[in-house]
Amino acid sequence: MFNFIIRRLLYAIPIIIGIALITFLLFNVVGGDPVLQMVGKHATPQVIEELRAEMGLNRPLPMQFVDFLRQIVTFDYGRSYSSKRDVLGMMIQAAPVSFTLAFPGFIISLCLSISASLFVAFWRGTLVDRVFVVVSVLMISVPSLAYILFGQYFLAYKVGLFPISGFSFDPTQVFSYIALPVLIWVVLSFGGELRFYRTVMLDEINQDYIRTARSKGLNERVVMFKHVLKNAMIPIITSVLIQIPFLITGALLLESFFAIPGMGTQLIDAFNTSDLPMIKAQVMVFSILYVVFNILTDICYSLVDPRVTIK
Amino acid sequence: MTTATANMSEEIVKKAPKGRSLWQDAWIRLKKDKLALVCLYIFSFYVTLAILVKLGLIASNWGDTIGKEYSPPSLESWRHIFGTDIFGRSVLMKTIYGAYISMTVGFVSSMIAVPIGVVLGSLAGYFGGWIDDLITWFYTTVSNIPSILLILSLALVLGKGLTSINIALGLAAWVGICRLIRGEFMKHKEREYVQAARSLGGGHSRRIFVHILPNVLHLVIVNFSFLFMGAIKTEVILSYLGLGVQGVPSWGTMIDEAKLELARGVWWQLGAATLAMTVVVLALNILGDALRDAMDPKLK
Repeated sequence: MFNFIIRRLLYAIPIIIGIALITFLLFNVVGGDPVLQMVGKHATPQVIEELRAEMGLNRPLPMQFVDFLRQIVTFDYGRSYSSKRDVLGMMIQAAPVSFTLAFPGFIISLCLSISASLFVAFWRGTLVDRVFVVVSVLMISVPSLAYILFGQYFLAYKVGLFPISGFSFDPTQVFSYIALPVLIWVVLSFGGELRFYRTVMLDEINQDYIRTARSKGLNERVVMFKHVLKNAMIPIITSVLIQIPFLITGALLLESFFAIPGMGTQLIDAFNTSDLPMIKAQVMVFSILYVVFNILTDICYSLVDPRVTIK
Repeated sequence: MTTATANMSEEIVKKAPKGRSLWQDAWIRLKKDKLALVCLYIFSFYVTLAILVKLGLIASNWGDTIGKEYSPPSLESWRHIFGTDIFGRSVLMKTIYGAYISMTVGFVSSMIAVPIGVVLGSLAGYFGGWIDDLITWFYTTVSNIPSILLILSLALVLGKGLTSINIALGLAAWVGICRLIRGEFMKHKEREYVQAARSLGGGHSRRIFVHILPNVLHLVIVNFSFLFMGAIKTEVILSYLGLGVQGVPSWGTMIDEAKLELARGVWWQLGAATLAMTVVVLALNILGDALRDAMDPKLK
């Protein structure tokens, strides 16, 4: 087990270097000179040269890449072009805001879709099943922006059930601010998740051991919860863990619509102002998180499923 | 006597039922699925609209003023059925032009993603060894960058506009196909028919392109509809974020405009773009599932 974890961690190194290389190539080579993007067209050559020297951009590209790698290892992503503040500090400040929205949204939609998928799997092949499948496909097909706009316009603006936008950590207010975004989050992810978990459940239901359980005379409820759900946990854990790093990017549009000052809003602002240090930091941080959660998934996988042998 | 036997065996060969190819078989099965067929017609309708726009036959005058600003949908003329926008332009025309943008993005980005994925996947799966290691490293690296971040970054460095969206979406979408094709090639390369081709003197490229590839290509078709759908959805988000098409209407820019219009009670631009997009994405969703079932020889 220990060897396995070490090997997985070592394998992550070339992946992270690869991600750094792609990020570096994108922004420092394909994107052109960041200084020109920063100062605009009307700067004097002297100003440009000074800035380049200040940012280390007059050095050869391989050296710049080494600098970038050093930044990644030391978690020093520099200062934001627009706010002049430390990029990582800004992200750390915004992270709890994002999680306040993402965590309840994620948990509620997960519980709802897993219970619904068990229900649908129980009624498989009947009208109930068909209706749920049709509804879930319909729900995936409506553009996510439409849900957000409609929810904000109708539930917040017209009916006035929720504040239109804003955020506060104040315990008396936080609930009312995140309620509508969380609700929309659940609606947005329900269709896709139900479809996925339904397939997972149906895959298990058709296995031989389920038939054995039934022929033993166990009632269907025991079969569903004790046999199907337990074994379906393996693919469920995989999909749940791997979604965690995406929780923040997934809330991108929601955060920007509801003016929630989380990492998603930060990211959109960074792209709108071409704030390269911020963009690079976001790409690197989220990609590394993704790599880490991939490793965690593999480890959990081998813990949950005794058949998975560690090579 | 010998000629007679020869004639007879020829007769038998002629009488034997003609084998159907995978594609004919899939088509026959798809035709049985009425819902999937309807979805195919819907998709073809959108594609036809897009081609007509491209040829300049319809919606080239989307910028014309046809009435007062923000007039609600009416049956006054066919151009008024979705109402007008802030400049009194027909929302229907803008929606049709948006269909052209969406179809272009879906098609071109898939056309970028599919060849990259297929070529890299076949090379990795077929040759194995260090080639496989290298390609696996490459696609694992790309797949570890959250796709929305990769697409936004690509769109940013390539500049605004349709071309850069196409490239950005294409370059972010090939990983899935690559992984799929690699897995299939690994399964197929040791099969008897490939060994037979080898014993007959077929070289690497012949075995890859003539023998294995046609046997795994159906997976690409199934993937294509999902790729197409993903591209349409992402284009809308990119256009909404201001990194998308400029100066021409797309479903994303229409929804973006709707953000400000809704407070004034103007819902038809959002409605038209949402309806147009939902219908085609729904059709592609159902079609993709049906294609997967129709092309799977195990499900006969």
